[in-house]
Amino acid sequence: MSISTSKRVSKWLISGPPLLYLLIFFAIPTGMMALAAFRFPGDYGGLMPLFGTDAATGKTTLLINAQNWHDYITLDNFARFFQEPVFIELFIKSFCYAGLTTLLCLVLSYPLAWLIARSPKKWRDLLVLLVILPFWSNFLIRVYAWMIILGPQGYFAKVVNGFLGMFGVEPLQFLFTPFAVVLVLVYVHLPFMVLPLYANLEKHDMALLDAAQDLGASRWQRFWKVTWPLSLPGVYAGAALVFIPALGIFAVPDLVGGTDGIMIGNLIKQQFLDSRDWPFGSVLSIMLTLSVLIMAGLMSLLGRGGKRNAL
Amino acid sequence: MHSKQSKWLWACALLVYGFLYLPLLIVVVYSFNDSRLNAEWVGFTTHWYGVLFSDEQMLTAARNSLLIGLVSSIFATFFGTLAGLSMYKYRLRLLPVLVLTPIAIPEILMALSLLMFFVTLNFSMGYLSITVAHIAFSIGFVAIVVRSRLQGMDESLVEAARDLGASPLQAFWRVTFPLILPGIIAGALMAFTLSIDDFVITYFVAGAGASTLPLQIYSMLKIAVTPEVNAISSLLMLLTLALIMIAAKLAPGALRASH
Amino acid sequence: MALLEIRDVVKRFGDFTAVNHVSLSVEAGEFFTLLGPSGCGKTTLLRMLAGFEQPDSGELLLDGKSLNGVPPEKRPVHTVFQSYALFPHMTVQQNVAFPLKMAGVAPDQIKARVAEVLEDVRLQQFATRMPSELSGGQRQRVAIARALVNRPRVLLLDEPLSALDAKLREQMQLELINLQKEVGITFIYVTHDQGEALALSHRIAVMSQGQVEQLDAPENIYSYPKSRFVADFIGQCNLLDATIRSVSAERMQIEIEGVGTLDTLPVAGATVGQKGTLALRPEKIKLGASVATGNADEVHFKGKVHDCLYLGDVTVYIVELENGMLIETMLPNAAPGRARFFDDNDQVELAWRFDAGHFVLA
Repeated sequence: MSISTSKRVSKWLISGPPLLYLLIFFAIPTGMMALAAFRFPGDYGGLMPLFGTDAATGKTTLLINAQNWHDYITLDNFARFFQEPVFIELFIKSFCYAGLTTLLCLVLSYPLAWLIARSPKKWRDLLVLLVILPFWSNFLIRVYAWMIILGPQGYFAKVVNGFLGMFGVEPLQFLFTPFAVVLVLVYVHLPFMVLPLYANLEKHDMALLDAAQDLGASRWQRFWKVTWPLSLPGVYAGAALVFIPALGIFAVPDLVGGTDGIMIGNLIKQQFLDSRDWPFGSVLSIMLTLSVLIMAGLMSLLGRGGKRNAL
Repeated sequence: MHSKQSKWLWACALLVYGFLYLPLLIVVVYSFNDSRLNAEWVGFTTHWYGVLFSDEQMLTAARNSLLIGLVSSIFATFFGTLAGLSMYKYRLRLLPVLVLTPIAIPEILMALSLLMFFVTLNFSMGYLSITVAHIAFSIGFVAIVVRSRLQGMDESLVEAARDLGASPLQAFWRVTFPLILPGIIAGALMAFTLSIDDFVITYFVAGAGASTLPLQIYSMLKIAVTPEVNAISSLLMLLTLALIMIAAKLAPGALRASH
Repeated sequence: MALLEIRDVVKRFGDFTAVNHVSLSVEAGEFFTLLGPSGCGKTTLLRMLAGFEQPDSGELLLDGKSLNGVPPEKRPVHTVFQSYALFPHMTVQQNVAFPLKMAGVAPDQIKARVAEVLEDVRLQQFATRMPSELSGGQRQRVAIARALVNRPRVLLLDEPLSALDAKLREQMQLELINLQKEVGITFIYVTHDQGEALALSHRIAVMSQGQVEQLDAPENIYSYPKSRFVADFIGQCNLLDATIRSVSAERMQIEIEGVGTLDTLPVAGATVGQKGTLALRPEKIKLGASVATGNADEVHFKGKVHDCLYLGDVTVYIVELENGMLIETMLPNAAPGRARFFDDNDQVELAWRFDAGHFVLA
């Protein structure tokens, strides 16, 4: 066997198994979902079948052909999405929740990431680990923790409502509100913002700040003119890492959002599991995917631009 | 750094760390609370742990989760290690996309496409479909850890082995493999943790009757919460903490590389 | 027959030609150096000898047998890597034993051979240490011991001293020369450091842009560079562009624009009207407050000191001639207590013999 043949064989021995697995269990299902958006729902949920089995002969045949394809392929599902404002409104609401979450994460993370990046080297790994650690605990537990805190009988509600009561304000509900959704979203996504920010800030040359100070920049100017622009790639990376999963989240609004706090993810789940309208659920999924792709593209473009400006 | 500025920063940081840990601490503390409600502290008890260990449903769910975690992490580690090697060595276009996208997109998208896939193919929904799905989303995490381990390795080591008389296979088993082994183990632990923790994908592909810990916890959160959930949560956190500590020991940087 | 022969070898990476029709041969027992700036193709050539790259065309022969298509592990050629490439998960002993194990040597023999070679490089007491516990110089010696332990026909060294500090580098140079004499194995050494190449080698191949510019003994390379590139790359050199005005058996007259005509040694193939460069080493130029004139064998110029660089053992003076040309010269600071003879703007005179420079045809 020649060198190049054995190289090719080992290349496919190594790449083949994961490639095949992911093709079957990721690429094909994703393709099926994309196609489902153009099909009709079945009589009892799911999809209208493309294959039919003849009761007499037991033969399975493809039902769709050049003449009747109109009965099987449609753009109606997309039309419905754009015609009924409730869906667009839900998308806008979800964007707002995810955007607010991203912003709050940024504000909370920046001082922390800066501090970790400036702390003695031997401490940094520990401080970073402390940020990651809660992330590795079960997702539901982290949501549940806030259900306890925000619950109507909890100390938090009692203290806040007691305080408000002194001014004659009606007691507020915290759990099962949009407030709870954003708070918990911030909580579960915070590490995704801290890590890229820290990775960026750690690389900053402290001499730059000394140089800026030496050249007469105030502390405020030093931050906005030196540190902030240099950290933009980290900011955009963090924003993408928080915004994208937050936009498609399902469990958080499901558990703490009540009826007001639902997001795209809940609607999609409803379409698939409750209404069993797969085609429309697929349309929603495609719209979510597009949103995610646009945001990811935007962030990586901004991040690259930021890097260029920083150089 | 000015001490005044530094004090402010430390105060901010402390607040954030408090924000991260206080809720989890509350979960643990309330697991010892002698009250059915997670509202006010009444008194210390280990009653809820007793309830937990006699709750057959919960214990079955835990056993299922551990088994699924074990099986799926073994396969995910195998596929993920190969994927990491391939991404490092060969410039395939498709593989990195297939490996990295499941990590980047919202979980619900993968969950739904798998649901449609299994239903359409009449694949019986249950523990097998859960395991298959867990393997699919864990491969990427393992692959990233393994690849970053490979990238951190001096490329000339393999060349040196070849130069000194090792065949490609010998060079792999004697040099590359021992050097990336910590990364592989860390990846396996990650895959195990991800599987044990996964709720969204499991929820959609589980079908009727299958139960895992997150599914069991979810149904209790939706229907009737008792501090038994706190007890199982505390134990899960302990398990995760142990796994993370092992992973951090074996492959420092592996945890960060996963993000 | 030469031990190693490189025949018209070409290697391309995409559009970039790393090695462009190189032919040379290396004798058994030689200390041979490939010298050149980064990107000149020397490392690619070395990697082809080791077997990590395959030539696009041409042939490599060892003992008259083609190496083309022979994988690295089947070649009796070992490499000392720039990064040393010591296996970090093995002890010094295990590292050195690795090639013996791969060759299937019996365990008791392995032990003896490893002990022997570790003694050669004075590392026997470090046998059970991990590479991370060694200093740079010790790692270097382990890498050499590992590459030599099963006595390859050729040892390839890829900039092995570049990671060491200056003092240690000089010491290791001496050790390398002695080691090579002792073991008698052919060394092929790659470096971009011309001083190192001159100090170590029996022969040097100066490479540039994938080609061998000059292949010769160190003293010839230094004194008689064949091209402007070699003159410029090896040591300090004044490069004066000139045109040949007349050629005779002993002398050749050249004209340097703005300076005038002067004599130099003739070179083979020179014809009147050809352009070229006079390569003139700073140390070959006489410099003084006044230099005797009237010697028919010398040219003589007046100028003033433009810059001084005090280097400790010598001081380099950049002299601006009256016509504006800058010439680099140097004086040893040999006299006790004397560090500098001149200061900036001092009036000086300089002169050089007709045979001081070496004319390089364009």
